[in-house]
Amino acid sequence: MSTETLPTGSLAGPQDRVLLNVEELQLHFPIKEGFLRRTTGHVRAVDGVSFFIREGETLGLVGESGCGKTSTGRCIVRSHQPTGGRIAYHAKGSDPVDIATVEGSDLKRYRRDIRMIFQDPQSSLNPRMTLRDIIGEPLKIHGIASGSELEDRVGALLRDVGLRPEYMSRYPHAFSGGERQRVGIARALSLNPRLVVADEAVSALDVSVRAQILNLLQDLQVEHQLTYLFISHDLSVVEYLCDRVAVMYVGKVVEMADTATLFANPKHPYTEALLSAVPKPDPLLRDRRDRIVLSGDVADPSDPPSGCYFHPRCRYAKPICAEEQPPLRDVGDGTFAACHFSEELNLRGVATPPPPK
Amino acid sequence: MQAAVGADLAQDSLLSVRSLKTQFPVDQGLVKAVDGASFEIRRGSTLCVVGESGCGKSVTARSILQIVDRPGRVVGGEMLFRRRLRNGSALTGEEEIVDLAKLDPKGAEIRDIRGRDIAMIFQEPMTSLSPVHTIGDQIVEAVHVHENLSKAEAKDRAVDVLQRVGVPKPKQRFDSYPFQLSGGLRQRAMIAMALVCNPVLLIADEPTTALDVTTQAQILELMHELQADYGMAIMFITHDLGVVAEMADDVVVMYLGLAVERGDVRSIFHNPQHPYTRALLRSIPKLGLGARTGPRTRLDTIRGMVPDPYNRPAGCPFHNRCDEFMPGTCDRIVPPPIQFGDRREVRCLLHGGAEEDTR
Repeated sequence: MSTETLPTGSLAGPQDRVLLNVEELQLHFPIKEGFLRRTTGHVRAVDGVSFFIREGETLGLVGESGCGKTSTGRCIVRSHQPTGGRIAYHAKGSDPVDIATVEGSDLKRYRRDIRMIFQDPQSSLNPRMTLRDIIGEPLKIHGIASGSELEDRVGALLRDVGLRPEYMSRYPHAFSGGERQRVGIARALSLNPRLVVADEAVSALDVSVRAQILNLLQDLQVEHQLTYLFISHDLSVVEYLCDRVAVMYVGKVVEMADTATLFANPKHPYTEALLSAVPKPDPLLRDRRDRIVLSGDVADPSDPPSGCYFHPRCRYAKPICAEEQPPLRDVGDGTFAACHFSEELNLRGVATPPPPK
Repeated sequence: MQAAVGADLAQDSLLSVRSLKTQFPVDQGLVKAVDGASFEIRRGSTLCVVGESGCGKSVTARSILQIVDRPGRVVGGEMLFRRRLRNGSALTGEEEIVDLAKLDPKGAEIRDIRGRDIAMIFQEPMTSLSPVHTIGDQIVEAVHVHENLSKAEAKDRAVDVLQRVGVPKPKQRFDSYPFQLSGGLRQRAMIAMALVCNPVLLIADEPTTALDVTTQAQILELMHELQADYGMAIMFITHDLGVVAEMADDVVVMYLGLAVERGDVRSIFHNPQHPYTRALLRSIPKLGLGARTGPRTRLDTIRGMVPDPYNRPAGCPFHNRCDEFMPGTCDRIVPPPIQFGDRREVRCLLHGGAEEDTR
């Protein structure tokens, strides 16, 4: 780890009731080549990501595929071992712990508090296990319940997510996509977690079912006092569900702000382009707006461009952008942005039409 | 064999699908994937087919080209297509009307139409392109199937069309394999393959669903440009209502194999008539509507889920999820198509059609 060379530490101020504070998180995968399997380079999947999550809020993590949002989520639940940085977790009634480095039985404690919901309910549920086994397994592993107590717990969880407890002895194939996602949510909740990492939890669902699951996630958040890290590429869902949003581009957070601020008043050109690319469900709006179409593709995380990673596609790029990498900094209004010109640029958000009467 | 029919087809209509039925006899029963869908595609315009998974939108598209997977089969209905007549490979400027539903799926006639008059692009370019051939070879093959060109001429055509769809350095990319390209470039290569024979109708089955929003914006932009250049009609299948609002001239909403509502894009979005269309529009979060400014509102949902295909509800297929369900009517009578206004049609008993079958 090279903490001493890193410019910033925590972004969070003392007034924030922070649950999780991620600082300069790194996850580099080695590229091995040749007979001797020498390491010839690194894929910088996560390359200095910093953000924080306040207790009880929903933080959206958005970006294109390959930007490292899923890898970040997996570092937080520690299914990947980060190669650098800190993940400070504020457990109840104790000092913050760096869960990027804890091991063994210590780690198991935090695994109870931080759970994950996966994208594809088809492939994340074992087809040979009944719902009782799937949802009860974490309870057994952590020695919390067994026998009839376990059944009661599983039944209650199924009821919480809107399924009938009688379904307990059925297998996943007997359920539709939306119901399977409910099972995945029940499993994530079985250990009374505090933080739930939802990785594209509604992306594979149809619109009508997606609305049901989004409502369910909100209800559960209130009932169980949950904090969500909601990873998604769908900006309209993120705007609807999240309190704050962090935007990632090639392994870095380029902007983080309150949802309303970010959508109305983005401070990073990438956020502006991303917002403008979302098709709006209103045919009357399509002729009026001039969309920013980004040219080219997302930069290669094993060979990123110099300076700001976004500069080859940025329409405001100046010479300095190719030389100096902008740090993620506070640009006022609770917004953090990693752009040299955040203050000067007047970027377009998604216009908020006046509320209907 | 001559499948030409002297049937009536409006002058601006390119393809008219009427009461199409496509069924899959499988062990568990008969799946009526498309059960009486009707719609029309006008020349040079874009028709979006929208619906949830399992509503039969992809099967409808495949039925048009007669490429339904076995054991599925087109069992009824008409698909009248206005086909350009050729003398050799040159267009004569005349047209005939062919009923695609009557053609043999393996016959020479439909094979001549596929890829030449009607081309199709698919959702996942990685699985629909051959991994062991270069994209150039795959495009050249598409040319050779339909036209008698020399190798060099065909290659020129392929490089030219790659350039048209915005593939940078098309000469070098001609020799690339699909795995060497990014998702957006693969989708461009597939569009190039579809356009190389100048089709009059391009069927796009969820072409941007697997892409990121920024890449999706590029591809949608490209399809707009190409439509303006080539003057082709597009049948665009999607479940994303945002894409529909962006692309469509006309919209068909499908539910369980039935076209429940159709019309021009503005009236579908701003004056939806079918309860399913209304529910669908209400259940999407709308970007920029400032949902976060007020207290958090709940999304409207549609009760339950799309029914099991083996177990279709009687009467109106939507009745058991509908908020305006009329007991004794909706669960008995299959709603007939009710036409009103210009190109508008709805299948819902709220709008009439219940009288003719009451006791």
